[in-house]
Amino acid sequence: MVLSGPKKEIPATAVRSITCPGCGGSVTIRSFGKAVNVVCGSCHSVLDAQDPQVKILQKFKDAIRHDPLLPLGSRGKIRGVVYETIGFQHRQIEADGQIYGWGEYLLFNPYQGFRYMTEFDGHWNFVAPLRSLPQAQAPGTESDRYYLNERYKHFQTAVAKTTFVLGEFPWQVRVGETVEVTDYVCPPRVLSAEVSADKEINWSLGEYMTGADVWKAFGLKDAPPAAAGVYENQPSPFGGQPRKTWKYCFILLALATAVWIYNAGMADNKQVFTESYVFDPAASEAAFVTSTFNLDGPDANVKIETMAAIDNKWIYLNYALVNEESGTAYDFGREVSYYHGYDDGESWSEGSSRDSVTLPKIPSGKYFLRIEPEGDSKLGRINYSVTVIHDVPNSLWFLIAAPLILVPAIFSTWRSISFEHRRWQESDHATSSSSSASSSDGDDSDDDS
Amino acid sequence: MSFQWSSSVQTVCQYCKSILVRTDVDLQKVGQVADLPPDSSPIQLMTEGQFGTHSFVVAGRIIYEYEQGAWNEWRFVMNDGTDGWLSDAQDEYVVTFRSTVLDLPKEKEAKLGMIYQWNNVRYMVTSRTLAHYRGVEGELPFQYWDKTDVVFIDLKSDHGDFATLDYSDGDPVLYTGKAVDFDDLRLTNVRKFEGW
Repeated sequence: MVLSGPKKEIPATAVRSITCPGCGGSVTIRSFGKAVNVVCGSCHSVLDAQDPQVKILQKFKDAIRHDPLLPLGSRGKIRGVVYETIGFQHRQIEADGQIYGWGEYLLFNPYQGFRYMTEFDGHWNFVAPLRSLPQAQAPGTESDRYYLNERYKHFQTAVAKTTFVLGEFPWQVRVGETVEVTDYVCPPRVLSAEVSADKEINWSLGEYMTGADVWKAFGLKDAPPAAAGVYENQPSPFGGQPRKTWKYCFILLALATAVWIYNAGMADNKQVFTESYVFDPAASEAAFVTSTFNLDGPDANVKIETMAAIDNKWIYLNYALVNEESGTAYDFGREVSYYHGYDDGESWSEGSSRDSVTLPKIPSGKYFLRIEPEGDSKLGRINYSVTVIHDVPNSLWFLIAAPLILVPAIFSTWRSISFEHRRWQESDHATSSSSSASSSDGDDSDDDS
Repeated sequence: MSFQWSSSVQTVCQYCKSILVRTDVDLQKVGQVADLPPDSSPIQLMTEGQFGTHSFVVAGRIIYEYEQGAWNEWRFVMNDGTDGWLSDAQDEYVVTFRSTVLDLPKEKEAKLGMIYQWNNVRYMVTSRTLAHYRGVEGELPFQYWDKTDVVFIDLKSDHGDFATLDYSDGDPVLYTGKAVDFDDLRLTNVRKFEGW
C-alpha cells in the first residue's frame, strides 16, 4: 500500500544569477540552493551565496590565476551520470622544498549530488565522498587502510593549501585555507582523508582516469595535457602482466620439457661400433677403414666418440662416415688434445682426452668409417678408441631454449618492478634502495585477483 | 485540515503555514512557519521510493541550517506503517529509523573519534554539528516546532552503517540506518530542475 495524495505541480527549480557587490558582474549559481559560497568570475571575490545581500567574504589578492581545464558550466557523463562542472580550486603542497600544485573540479548533479575531478600533471581522478570508514587493521600495516577488504597503502601525508578558487561550492571556501591530506593507494583507486582544523575527517575515494577519458566524457576538443611521470594511483600498464607472462612461459617450458623427455625416451641410443687402435706416427700409411656396422630404422643422428690416451699430447683424426652401398661419405676432422701443468703457483689444464661429435640425420644403411690419424712423430705411439652410437637423445636445443623461454617473464617482472619503483619514489616512502619497489611488487602479483 | 497518516501528530497547513497539533480531542494551532529557503532537494512531499523490500512515501520534513548550508530530514511512512527518516545533506542520502537503545552518551561525552557499539555495530563519531532549526513542512510523528539550536552527532561504521544522536529534546535519541545511493531509492515524483 503506497499512499498517494494529490500531486501538487511545483514549478522546476530555476538557475539564478546574483550581482557581485565587488565589481557588479553577474554571477550564475548552478547548484540551486546548495551553493554556500560563490566566486565572482570577473573579480574573483568570494561571495556568500546564502546571504540575500551577497556579502563579500574574501577579496582576491593573489596575482596567480589558474585557468580550469574543464570550463565551468561544461557537462560530462561519467559512469552513466551527467555532471556539470560548477567549481574549481587550485591547491598545492610543499614536499622536499618543492611545490606541487593540482586542480580540483567540483561536479554537480541535482539528484546524485557532488563529485570531484582532480588533475595533476595530466593525471586525472574521479572522486566521490565515502560512506564507510576505512579501517586500520592488521598489525604491521598500521599506516595502511582497508576498505571493502582491499588494502590501501599509505602514500603521502601533506598539508594542502588552497591558492585559487572559481565558481561555487556547497561549503565555506577561502583562498589560503589549509587541510591535512593523506592518500592511501590501491591502483587504480586512491583513498584520501582530509583532516580540517576542527579535526573532522572527510574520506573520499578516487579512481584513476586518463586525460583522453575525461576529454571524451566532457566532449572537449583538442588534446588533453600529456600525463607526466607515474602518478600515485596510476594503474601499472604491466599490472597483471608478469603473472600472466610467467604462466605462459611455464606452460611453454613444460611443453619443451615434455618434448625433450619424450625424445630422450624414444631415442634408440644404440652403440653400433667400438674398437681400439694404436697410432704410430712413424708408420708410412696411417689411413685405414673399419668393419661395417648397421644404422637401422628411420633417419637419425650418429655420434662418434673418440678417446685417446694423451698426456700433454695431441692427435688429429680425419674421419669419413661412408655408406657402403651408395659410397656417400660424410667427412669431418677432430682434434683431441690434452695439456696440463703447474705455472706461477697455479695448476692449469686445457683440452680433454675425450671428444665427441654428432652428425645429424644420417639415412639408414650399412656404413663404415675411414680414419686417417695425424700426429707429431716426436710424440710417439698413441692408443685411442672410436665408438659409434646411433640415434642419441639431443639435449642441446633444450638447454639453450629453456633459459630463453623465461626471458619474457623476467623482462616483464623487471618492467613492473621499475614502474612501481617510479610510483613510490614520489611517496613519503621513497628510498634510494629498491626496498619500496620490491615491497610494492609483492602486491603486484595479487593484481588480477 | 485532515491528517493523511494515523501516526502523525503535527501538520502544517500548506496554505496559511499554520502548525497544527492534534491532541486527544481536538486540533490546536501552536505556531506558524516562516518562509522556507529556496528548495534544492530533489525530494518533496509525496515523493515515493523504495527501501529494502518496502515502499515509502514522504510525509513531512524538518529543515535545518548550519554553517555549511542547509539540510532536510524527510519523514517518510512505509507501506507497513513504520516511520522513517531520509536525510538529504548536500545530496548525500541516509535512511534512518528511531532506535530503542538506551544508555546513550551525553552530548559533551561523544567527542570526534569516540567509538560506540549499538546492536552489534561499531560506530565512530565522525561529525558534531550545531544546527539551527529552520522550519517544518507536512506531517510529523511528534510535535516539533519551537526549536532554536540543536546538536547532532553523526557516526559511521566501516560497512555503510550510519547513526545520529539527536539532542533536540535534551536527552539523546538515537537513529540508526544506512547511507544509500540516490538510484537505490528508486524515487518517483521528484522535484524538477531547470536544464536537467
